[in-house]
Parts: sequence; C-alpha cells; structure tokens
Amino acid sequence: MLTKGRELAQKTGAELTAVLLGKDVRSHAKTLVEHVNKVLLVEDAKLENFNSEAYQKVLAHLIGDHKPLLTLIGHTSFGVELAPSLAVSLGAPLATDCVDVMLENETLTVTRQMYGGKVNVTARLRKAQSYIATVRQATFQPKTEAPLNGQVVEVPSPLSEDVARKRFVQYVAPPPGGVDITAAPVLVGVGRGIKDVSNIPVVEELAKTLGGALACSRPIVDKGWLPTDRQVGSSGKTVKPKFYLALGISGAFQHVLGMKASDLIIAVNKDAKAPIFGVADYAVVEDLFKIVGPLKNKMQELKGQK
Amino acid sequence: MDIIVCVKHVPETAEADIKIDGTGKAIEKSGLVFDINEWDDYALEEAVRLKEKFGGTVTAITLGSEEADATLRKCLARGADTAIRVWDPKFAGSDGYATAKILSKVVRNLPFNLILTGAQAGDDGYAVVGTMLAELLGVPHATMVKKIELNGEAAKLYRELEGGFEELLEVKLPAVFAVSTGINEPRYVSIMGTRKAMQKEIKVVDLAGTGLSENEVGEAGSWIKVEKLYVPPVEKQAEFLKGSPDEIASKIAEILRTKGVL
Repeated sequence: MLTKGRELAQKTGAELTAVLLGKDVRSHAKTLVEHVNKVLLVEDAKLENFNSEAYQKVLAHLIGDHKPLLTLIGHTSFGVELAPSLAVSLGAPLATDCVDVMLENETLTVTRQMYGGKVNVTARLRKAQSYIATVRQATFQPKTEAPLNGQVVEVPSPLSEDVARKRFVQYVAPPPGGVDITAAPVLVGVGRGIKDVSNIPVVEELAKTLGGALACSRPIVDKGWLPTDRQVGSSGKTVKPKFYLALGISGAFQHVLGMKASDLIIAVNKDAKAPIFGVADYAVVEDLFKIVGPLKNKMQELKGQK
Repeated sequence: MDIIVCVKHVPETAEADIKIDGTGKAIEKSGLVFDINEWDDYALEEAVRLKEKFGGTVTAITLGSEEADATLRKCLARGADTAIRVWDPKFAGSDGYATAKILSKVVRNLPFNLILTGAQAGDDGYAVVGTMLAELLGVPHATMVKKIELNGEAAKLYRELEGGFEELLEVKLPAVFAVSTGINEPRYVSIMGTRKAMQKEIKVVDLAGTGLSENEVGEAGSWIKVEKLYVPPVEKQAEFLKGSPDEIASKIAEILRTKGVL
C-alpha cells in the first residue's frame, strides 16, 4: 500500500502521508518515515486495541484537517469495520476491496473483482474533494526505493472521552488443532465441489495414499464438514506444501492467498473458467469424483512397485 | 427483541459459467439460478434463532424488483414474520452507499433492537451496506461477526480477524451486525412452511415511501459507477491435462514422479 501510495503521489505531485495510531507505537514511525513524506502520529491509551469508533473519530479529524485527495486503508477485518462508516460520516466516496487504484484529473478509478473473482470490473467514483479506498491484501508488490526520510508530526489525540457504545474485550486465538496442515508435504484441498459430507472419507483416503493430509476451502468449514484447523486461506492457514491438489475449489482470492506459494499445484474443477486454474501448474477440467478413484489406484499401484 | 434482516437476491455463481453481457457493464443473467445471498442466509438464521430464544419479531427486507420476492418468501418460510420489498425503477444502479441510504429511510420507521445482515454479497462483494446503514442510523455496528450473545441492553460478539483469530467485543443495542458465513447452520424449509409463506403479504415501498429524492438514489445517488466488466487476466497459464480419467491419473502420477513429489 505504501508502494502504491508513493506511485500515486509521484504521479499527481502530491505528498504521501502515513497515519500511525495506537499506544506506545512511536518506534514504528522510524520505519514508516522511510516510505512517506510525513507520518502523523496519534498516541492515546484509547487507541491501544482497535476500536472502529475510536479510530473513526481520529481519522475523521485528521482527514478534515489535512484534506487528502485519497485515503488508502487495507481491506482487512479492521479495514472493513472502519472504512464504510468513516466514508459516510465524511461524505467521501468509497470503493472497497480494490486490486488497483488510479487517479486522473483528481478522479478516482478502481479495479475490483465481482462474483468471487470470476469477473473484474473497472469503476469510476463520483467526483469529490476526498476519496477513500480499501485495497486487497498482497495486491501491490513492495518496491525498494530511495528512502523519503519524511518527518514525524505528533498530533494530540482528539478523543476526549471513552467510546461507550463499543468496547474491545480481548483477542481469541484459534483452538489448537489436531492436524497441522502447514507441516504436511502433500495437501489435498477440497471445496464446494465435493457436494456432501459423505464424500469426505474418499478424498481423505486419497490424501493418505499421497502421503499427505486433507485441507479445505472456507465453505467446507462453514458447513461443519471439516474442523477449522483444516482451512487454507486468509481466514485460515497459509500453506506451502511440495504438492497441492485442489479438488472442486473455485479459487476465491481468500483461498488462493493461502496456497499459491505451493511448489506444485494441480487443480481439478468442472468449470474451465474457475479462477483456481489461474494459479495452478496443471489443470483438469473434469468432475473430481471421476479423477479421485483412478488417481488413488494409480498411486497404490506405484507404491506396490517400490 | 425485534430484529430486521437485510437480504439480497443474487445469482449463484460459485459453480456457474459466467458471461459478460452486450453492454459490457453486467453479466448475462439468463440461465443463472437466483437465491438469497449466502451471507444473508446465515443472518436470517441467526435472527430466527434469537427470536426463538428471546421472543419478538423478525422482519426481512430487501431492495430489489419483483424477482426478489422469491428470496423474501424463503425468509418467511424460514421464520421471518413480515417481509418488505423496497423497489422503484429509479433505484436501479444503486451501489452499496445508495442501497444503505434507501434502507435507512425504511428501517427508521420500524421498531428494532437489532439489524442483521450478511457481511458481504456474493455478487458485487462491496461489504459496506451494514456498516453504512449503522452510520446513517446513528447506531453502533460490527461486521464479520462469528458469534452473538445477547444480554439485555448489550451484545457480546466475536468478530473474525485474520488467520483464524477473533476479537471479543461488547456492543450496546440497538446496533447493526453483519455476519460471516459459518456463524450457524441454516435450517431447511419444510414444504408446509413454504406453502404458508406463499400466502403471506409482501409489503412494497417505493421512492415516495422512502422520502428520498430521485438524485439521492440509483446511479445518481451512488458513489460508484461501473465502467467495464472483463475476464481477469491469469497469473500463469496452467497446462491442461486431457484424456480419460485413467489417462489423467497416469499423467498426474508422472508429473509427481518427475517433480520428485513421490
């Protein structure tokens, strides 16, 4: 996001500012100034843990004072909790989950995805003094550039009283799982295409035959067919096995983010246009159940020969 | 506990073949099956469960033309007490912001302790309506909600973060919560329930009923204007393996051997 911000700032002749909010976060400003012209630092005990209401008040104050043409926010869990209400409170047009942002004649144009990543869309935002865009994780590649050595400007916290309507209590770690899919050399990942919970054992057996473990995309965990610790993706685990076999996984961005670094990816899907084929080394357009049996037999046969 | 659930009637596209239509600004809708947005399905179920536990009513509301009645009927069959469809030809082209404005004008006149909706829609994926609606109504919100525990004036809720982590929050009611998939297990509808739902009335609210002007809704009242749809470029071109299932299995085995996986 800093790289993209710098590119946009250079193109439009604008200044690039980073906002750093929190409690005892001053040390991070040193790293940030290398990438921006200015760091606005607001420290307040009320900002220690993320609370969208507190963060929104501070950001609205900073945006009102500094009037940026564009505010970029990560499309993270915190970002989606914060950006839409901030945009409404400021009357600043918002585009979410952008994979590209362009500024021309002070008008914001963005690229987004629709229909689970099957379609890209270019959209133009209504002309305004100030825009907000949330950008998708890992979309822009960081570039190494000469440090900007910006200045740190400390801004007194505009928060006068505690946010009373919404209170952070604590973070909750995921329950420890029985299977560590991040350690498996081979993973068989299953998605919606497996249709029914009764089909889990057959793919589990294939995973065992391949010397690996069974993993899955989010819908399978949502349905309760496999436990959370098997989930690959941005809301689950990031894996990097020697071989990832994707069965009936369409390839939503969130899943792909968790497995695209695998050494070898083979995907089986009935839909020839499934986004998963965009990250696979080899693609099979076929009903996964037609492949699972023959593949298991072939593997057993090879094992027998050894 | 009076609960409003905001739902959307969307095409099922997870396993469908999608084509861009002649205008280049939308997809070809014919041949696609429409249903309640997956995230909203969980929101509806959560609302019905809370009603069953605490009493009260569930009102399902959608912004959409007549076809969206099918989704509202499903809500009624699954336990919603009343259904409202907000539509006017002038609403066509509304983005998330315009949708939130329109919904806010309708729900403002209804009694509610809680508004539930899905964290995002499977079609445009903006993930903004619930949060914007809360801001317009002046009530607190939480999105990506994985669990809700109500206790009187407040709710304890678990929000989804990244990597399987969650955060526990306390939020005062009335509030808007946008829920994640997997928060519950949506129930099946009985044939009796579906039949009963067919007889219930769906109330329709038009532009005049919202009190908004023409330029506050539809494309005129939106922040985002779609310019062009296109098929995303692929990061790398996969090699397609062809043949009978047995031949494909042999090819995969050969690849695994060459790459040293076996």
